[in-house]
Amino acid sequence: MNLRIQRTAGEKVFDAVNFTLVLFLTFLIFYPLVFVLFASVSDPRQIYVHPLLFWPQGFHLESYAKIFENQDIWRSYGNTLLYTVTGTLINVTMTVLGAYPLSRRRFFGKNVFTFLFTFTMFFSGGLIPGYLVNQSLGIVNTMWALILPGAISAYNLIIMRTFFQTQVPVELEESAYVDGCSDYRLLYKIVLPLSTPILAVMLLFYGVGHWNSYFDAMIYLSDRELYPLQLILREILIQNDFQQMTAIAIDDGYADRMMVQEGIKYAVVVVSSLPLLVLYPLLSKFFEKGILVGAIKG
Amino acid sequence: MPLKTVPSTGKPHPWRIRKTAIRGQVRRNIALYVIISPAVLYFVIWHYLPMYGVQIAFKDFMPALGINGSPWVGFEHFERFFNAYYFWNILRNTLGISVYGLLIGIPAPIILALMFNELRSKGFRTIAQTISYAPHFISVVVAVGILFFFISPNQGVIHSLMTWFGGTGRDFLADPGSFWHLFVWSGLWQSIGWSSLLYTAAMSGIPPDQYEAAYMDGANKFQRIWHVTLPGILPTIVILSILSIGGIMNVGFEKVLLMQSDLNLQTSEVISTYMYKSGILNAQYSFSAAVGLFNNIINFILLISFNAIAKRAGQTSLW
Repeated sequence: MNLRIQRTAGEKVFDAVNFTLVLFLTFLIFYPLVFVLFASVSDPRQIYVHPLLFWPQGFHLESYAKIFENQDIWRSYGNTLLYTVTGTLINVTMTVLGAYPLSRRRFFGKNVFTFLFTFTMFFSGGLIPGYLVNQSLGIVNTMWALILPGAISAYNLIIMRTFFQTQVPVELEESAYVDGCSDYRLLYKIVLPLSTPILAVMLLFYGVGHWNSYFDAMIYLSDRELYPLQLILREILIQNDFQQMTAIAIDDGYADRMMVQEGIKYAVVVVSSLPLLVLYPLLSKFFEKGILVGAIKG
Repeated sequence: MPLKTVPSTGKPHPWRIRKTAIRGQVRRNIALYVIISPAVLYFVIWHYLPMYGVQIAFKDFMPALGINGSPWVGFEHFERFFNAYYFWNILRNTLGISVYGLLIGIPAPIILALMFNELRSKGFRTIAQTISYAPHFISVVVAVGILFFFISPNQGVIHSLMTWFGGTGRDFLADPGSFWHLFVWSGLWQSIGWSSLLYTAAMSGIPPDQYEAAYMDGANKFQRIWHVTLPGILPTIVILSILSIGGIMNVGFEKVLLMQSDLNLQTSEVISTYMYKSGILNAQYSFSAAVGLFNNIINFILLISFNAIAKRAGQTSLW
C-alpha cells in the first residue's frame, strides 16, 4: 500500500493485532508438520510423557532404520517415482498439445473444442462407467490405469491456454507466420520457451497429484508388487497393518511394540512427504503467476 | 431437398462459397488439428465414453452382454436407492458435511487473505503465506495419518493433553458426533492457505490509486477494506463459490473413506463412499452407476442454477 496513507492510532493497534493473529495462525498451521518431524526422531516412549513437542525428545534414528529395512517401502517408493515421472511427462505434453491450438486466434473450430474439453469439468459419467472403460481397454492392474485416465485436467488445460494467449505477444506470432513458420515450429521455438513459468507450475501440480494419489491405485491395482507408496502408507497409518515390520519387535512387550509402531508411523510420514516439502518453496515463486493467470476468466 | 435455382450471375452459389471457405480454413489449420488430436482422443475415451456408458444406470448390466446388449430396466435402480432405509441418512450426511464445509471453507480463506494483505512487512507476509499453504502438498493419506496422531485414544496428542490436565480422554473417531467437525476442520487446515493464495493474487491486481482515492475521501482502514478490497475480489469470490457449490455432492470422499470406521458410519457414510462400496467392492455396476448419476445430476443442476443466479445478480459468472 502507498506510503502516503497515514495511520491513525487505532489503525496502528489494528496492524499490531493483525500481525499477532497471523503469527499465531501460521504457527497453528505449521505445528502439526513440525510435530511429526520432531516426533520421528524422538524416543517414542517420551512422546507419551511429553505430548506437545516443541523440540525433539532425545535423538533416535531407530524408526528410520526400521523403515529402510522394509522391502515394501523401498519398492513402493520406486513405483511412486516411476508413476510420478512418467505420468507427469504425459500430463504436461498432452496438456500443451490440447492448449496450444485453442490459444491460436484463427483456429477454426476453437469454440467446439473448448466446449468439448470444459464440459467434462462439470459433468462426468462417474466412477463405475469410467471403471468399465478401463476394464475393456485392458489397463486394469497396470500402471497405465493410474496415468492415462487422468492424462489431462481440463482445468489445467484452460489455465495453460490462457497463459499462451496472454503472455505470448501477438506480434511475435504474426511475424513468425509471415516468415512462413509452421505451427509446430511456432509451438516449439517460440511459445514453449516463453512459457516456462506455467510449465513449472504444471509440472508441480501434476507431479504432486501423482505422488499423493492413492484412490486410483486402490481400485485398479491388485498386485502388491505394483503398489505405490501411498497405499503402503495407508496400511501403516490408517489400518495399523505393519506386515513384517512388527515381526522384528515381536519379542518385546505389547506396550513397547506399540511405541515402536508409533515411531515408525512418524518416520514414514517424513520420508514420504519430504520430497514435496523441500521442492515447493523452490517453486513457490511461480505459483502466484500461474494462479493469477488461471484466475482470469477463460 | 430441392435447391432453389439461382440465376447465373457468374458468381458461385453462396452455399458453395461457405463450403469452400470451410475447406480452406481446415486446410490452413491442418497442423493445429494434428496437434490437438491426442487431447481430443483422450477426452473422447476417458470422458465421453463413460458418459455414453452411464446408460447402464437404466439397464441391468451384465459384463457378458456388454453395455449395448444388457436389458433396459428403466428407473428400477433409482427407485431401489431412493426407497432404501439408509437413503435419507446418507443424503443428510452428504449435504450436512458439504454445507458445513462451505460455510467454513468459503469465508475463512478470504479472511486470511485480508489479514495477509494488511501486513506491513512484505518479508513476513511471504514467509507466513508460504508456510500456510504447506499442508496443501501433503497427501490425504498422510493428512489423515497426522490427524490420527493428534486424536488417537492411545497415544494422541489431544488425548494425552486431556488426561494431563486431569480430564478423561475421548476416542473422537469412534464418536459419531465428532466426525463432521474432524472432517471439516482438518480439511480447512489443509486448504486454507492455498485458497487464500487465489484471493491475495486477486488483491494484488487492485490498482493502488483506488486506495489512495478512498483515503483522500476520508475512508479509514475498515472502510477501505470494505469498499475497495472486497469489491475488488468479488469476481474471484463468486467464481470460486459457484465451483464449490457445483461440487456439493462430492464431499472429499477419498478422505471420508480413510476416516471411516464401523463406529462412525452413521454420520460418515456419504453418497460417494456408498457408491464406491456397492460398485467396486460388491460389483453392483448398474445400481452404483445410478447412484453416481444421481449425484452428478444434482451437482450439475446446482452449478447451472447458481451460475444463473450470479449472472442475474449482475456479477461474474462462469460462462
